[in-house]
Amino acid sequence: MTTRRIVLTRSAAVIGAASTGLLLPELARAQSDKVRVGFMLPYTGTFAQLGVAIENGFRMALNEQGGKLGGREVEYFKVDDESNPAKGIENATRLVQRDKVDVLVGTVHSGVQMGIHKVARDTGVLNLIPNAGVHVATRAQCAPNVFRTSFTNSQPTLALGKAMVANGHKKAVWITWNYAAGDEAFEGFEQSYTAAGGTIMKKLGLPFPNVEFQALLTEIASLKPDAVACFFAGGGAAKFMSDYAAAGLNKTIQLYGSGFLTEGVLEAAGPAANGVLTTMHYGDSLNTPRDKQFRLEYAKAFRLQPDVYAVQGYDTGLLLIKGANAVKGDLNSKKALYAAMEGATIDSPRGKWTMSKAHNPIQDIYMRKVENKENKVIGIAQKAVADPATGCRMG
Amino acid sequence: MDFANFLIQLLNSLQYGLLLFMLAAGLTLIFGIMGVVNLAHGSFYMLGAYLAWFLVSQLDSLVLAIVLGTVIAVVLGWLLEWLLFRHFYRRDHLDQVLLTFGLIYIFEEVRSILWGDDVHSVQVPEMLNWSIPLTDNLSYPVYRLVMSGVCIALALGLYLLISRTRLGMKIRAGAFNREMTESLGINIRLIHGVVFALGVALAAIAGMIASPVSSVYPGMGSSVLIMCFVVVVIGGIGSVRGALVAALLVGLVDTFGKVLVPQIAGMAVYMLMAAVLLYKPEGLFKQ
Repeated sequence: MTTRRIVLTRSAAVIGAASTGLLLPELARAQSDKVRVGFMLPYTGTFAQLGVAIENGFRMALNEQGGKLGGREVEYFKVDDESNPAKGIENATRLVQRDKVDVLVGTVHSGVQMGIHKVARDTGVLNLIPNAGVHVATRAQCAPNVFRTSFTNSQPTLALGKAMVANGHKKAVWITWNYAAGDEAFEGFEQSYTAAGGTIMKKLGLPFPNVEFQALLTEIASLKPDAVACFFAGGGAAKFMSDYAAAGLNKTIQLYGSGFLTEGVLEAAGPAANGVLTTMHYGDSLNTPRDKQFRLEYAKAFRLQPDVYAVQGYDTGLLLIKGANAVKGDLNSKKALYAAMEGATIDSPRGKWTMSKAHNPIQDIYMRKVENKENKVIGIAQKAVADPATGCRMG
Repeated sequence: MDFANFLIQLLNSLQYGLLLFMLAAGLTLIFGIMGVVNLAHGSFYMLGAYLAWFLVSQLDSLVLAIVLGTVIAVVLGWLLEWLLFRHFYRRDHLDQVLLTFGLIYIFEEVRSILWGDDVHSVQVPEMLNWSIPLTDNLSYPVYRLVMSGVCIALALGLYLLISRTRLGMKIRAGAFNREMTESLGINIRLIHGVVFALGVALAAIAGMIASPVSSVYPGMGSSVLIMCFVVVVIGGIGSVRGALVAALLVGLVDTFGKVLVPQIAGMAVYMLMAAVLLYKPEGLFKQ
């Protein structure tokens, strides 16, 4: 080829490459872009309400600060995980590889969370868990880039045991679905109840999401325990309380539960839920100034009453804001970002809480009683409850 | 477990078994009379439940919803038979499996488009929303008793239809020898349409009356389908009497298994099926 032809073809190649942005310095591109926040939440199915509440809470936290993170604008991406664990990795990968998010906020269902967790550990993307209580995420498989702002499945039930024995209920039957969340909730209950001197008469279970409780309710009646402790959530929780009352058991055997038994289902359960005692890290009637302010603002913004999921979403936003402000929006300075989030004290509507070394909240657990479709907070079941973080090698 | 609670658990297993029978009867009828394996049977159960939820929200009455829902189910069953199943009677069972398996997916997507993917509950009618105290601490919901009553009534009706009516006679004849029956001047195509519509209606009614008790959710068809096939296999494919006995057996094993040996509760029914098949490979009752 002649010299002129070589020069022309090579310049064309260079101009072509430059126009696709391949030759632009990586750093310059990242700084001028918006922060990419990806939501991987259930927007359909049994947990749809929870996904919406979490996103609402998160956005509210950011909007209170002018909608920016560390001075940078925010761009949102959403994926509906349908609470389907089989598609967990695929959906998370879509947010990380295709949408190239800087932060992955998700999710609700613990099975799906394991998919996200794998992607988070493989790619190093910052993952903020706004609900899923699966233990390993902040225990044996804890990671510097994974933070949880909600709870572990055993935290609410860790506070249940002592309270039940204090009420004189020393013999109890435990019932739940046979899946990870149910087993982990039992772990907390077993630990705290037996430590306080209680006896677990029998451990009953049924496959998730089966709601045929009749045979098991009959068995509970025949065992005649002082109390029943359980873990159910969503539609199944409402059904359990309705069936429990229809079988007349609520008149003689006190029902206790991990707080999710009565979250978001009191409208559906109706008078059947009255008198049910639950433990959780939040209650709708906390009545602290901070909580009152949050509830007012949330109701104004979304025309809905907030719940624990909205609070968890809100706290996730607060946590990310703390981190982003500490690194002035440069989310690539990971060490400083993680350190800022590890040391944060979150001024949450649920009360102030701190992050444990395994990246899980250390928080007070409240005792609530259902009265007239409302979870009335009647006291603190246990202060500063921390998850044992068995097997985590951080810090 | 004391005697009173044992009796109540018997009642629980009876109630569960009767509901299973309603489903299994439709499935075994369709196979016994037309020789068609219908994997989409669970979808009819799900359709019934969603219809009940939808119609109750429009009509405000469960009874009206069940009546209207039954009519819709019969029409749907008739249409399906006329358009699709009719052409598969002489085909290989594997072809039928392929067809009905595809139908499951179609029904799931249609359900998703029409009514979404959320979980719903259907309220027990006010009149039946009370409980009878049975022991000093346990009451039994009246609605479940009514449910069992409806299942027994339908089972009796089915028995009378098959064994005491002209139509039943023609159905039995058609099952025994199709060509002979046709050559005797009986409209076998009509008979098949009727039987298929009946099977679909039974499944849909089961879904409708069970909806206040079991909630309405996606995937409820598949979970009940497996149990249904277990019942049909244990009872003997094609035998309605076998389906009844097997359904009650499965109800017993599942209920008492959950309570006495919770660790293997999920497996108990399949162990029963394996045991029965070891001794009677064609099921308890032959066609």
